[in-house]
Amino acid sequence: MAEFLMIIVSAMFINNFVVVQFLGICPFLGVSKDFKSALGMGLAVTFVMTLTCLITYPIYTFILVPLEIEFMEIIVFIFVIASIVQMIEMALKKFSPTLYNAMGIYLPLITTNCAVLGVAELVIDSEQIASLIGITASGMNMGFAVLYGLFAGLGFTLAIVVMSGLREKVARLPIAKSLKGFPIAMITACFIAMAFYVFALI
Amino acid sequence: MKTNIKKIATDGVITNNPTLKLVLGTCPTLALTTMAMNGIGMGLAVTFVLICSNVLISLLRKIIPNQVRIPAFVLIIATFVTIVRLLLDKLLPDLYESLGLYLPLIVVNCIILARAESFASKNGVFASALDGLFMGIGFTLALTLMGAVREVLGSGAIFGVKLWDFQIGFFASSAGAFFTYAVFIALFAFFSSLISKAKHKKDALKEREENAVQLEKKEVE
Repeated sequence: MAEFLMIIVSAMFINNFVVVQFLGICPFLGVSKDFKSALGMGLAVTFVMTLTCLITYPIYTFILVPLEIEFMEIIVFIFVIASIVQMIEMALKKFSPTLYNAMGIYLPLITTNCAVLGVAELVIDSEQIASLIGITASGMNMGFAVLYGLFAGLGFTLAIVVMSGLREKVARLPIAKSLKGFPIAMITACFIAMAFYVFALI
Repeated sequence: MKTNIKKIATDGVITNNPTLKLVLGTCPTLALTTMAMNGIGMGLAVTFVLICSNVLISLLRKIIPNQVRIPAFVLIIATFVTIVRLLLDKLLPDLYESLGLYLPLIVVNCIILARAESFASKNGVFASALDGLFMGIGFTLALTLMGAVREVLGSGAIFGVKLWDFQIGFFASSAGAFFTYAVFIALFAFFSSLISKAKHKKDALKEREENAVQLEKKEVE
C-alpha cells in the first residue's frame, strides 16, 4: 500500500513528466490553448502510456533480456508504440465515432510524443525507477511498471490542463510582440514548474 | 539542380534555427542545458543522426512508398540512434551517463523527423547531408549557448570550470530552464524583426531613389 501511494505521489507530482523531467513538451505547448483539447490530449496520452508499459515491459523482460538483444529496445519500443496508436485509431473509428472525432486529431501526434517512449525506457531501467518510487531494484515488477505508466500519464494530464487554464487567462493580457506565442507559454510553464517545487520538498 | 550551400547553411544555423525559430526538439533543450558540455554532447549526437538519416532517406526517397514513409523514416532514425547509443556507451561513458534517458529519446526528436519529411524526402543526397549538418550545427549552437548561460548563472562555472561562488539556483532548476528558453526565443524573434525591418527600410529607400531617377529621366525627355 505504501508503495502504491509512493508511485502516485512520485509519478504525478515529485517527478512530474512535463515540468520536472521535460518529457512531452511539444504537446504541452502545442495543444494547451484551450481546456477541452488539453484534457482530450492528456487522457489520450495517459491511455497510450499505460498500454505501452503493459506491452513493452514484458517484451523487454521476457524476450529481449533472455535473448541478450537489449540494444534492440529503441527499435522494438517505437514499433510497439506506433502499432498501439494505429490500432487505437482503427478501433475508435470502428466502435466509437464520437470519441474518434474528439480524440482522432491527437492520436498521430502521440507516436512522436517523447513522454510515451520516455516512460517505456524509464520503467525498464530498474535502478532508476526503483530510486524514483523507493523500492529495491529487484522488487520491480510488471504491476509497478503499469501503475507508473498510468500515474505518469495522469501527471501529464494534470500539467497540461493547468497550463491550458492559465493560457486562456494569459491570452487576454497585453503582451509585448516578441514575447507572443512560445515565449509567453514557456514563462507560464516556468511558474507551473515553480509550483511543483513544493512537492519536491516532501 | 545546383545545390545552394550558402542558403542551406544560413537556413539551418540562423533563419530556420531548429531550436530558436522552429521550436522543435524542446525536451532535450530544456532538460540538458544545465551545463554547456551537455549541450555539445547532445548536439553532436543529434547532428550525427540527422546527417545519417537525411542521407539514407534521400537515397531511398524514390523506393519508399508514400503511404508507409513515416514508419520507414522512424525505423531508419531508430537504427541510427541505436548505433549512436552503442558507440557512446563504449567510447564516452561519462557523456552517456549524463545524457541518460534523453539519448534514446532522440528517436522522437521532432527535428529529425521534420527534416526527413520536409527536406530529405524531396532533395538530393548532397543537399540533404548539408541540411542535416547545418541544422545540427544550429541545434548544437543554440543548446551550447543556453547551457553556457544557465551554467554561468546557475552554478557559477563554464564547461565545468569554476568561475566564482556567486550562483542563482533558479537558473539551474526546471523553472529556470523554461525561463531561459523563453528569453532566448523572445530575443531571437526581437532581433530578427529588427533585421527584417532594417532590410525593408533599405529596400524602400532604394526603390524611392530609383523612382526619383526615373522621374528625372522622364522630365529631361
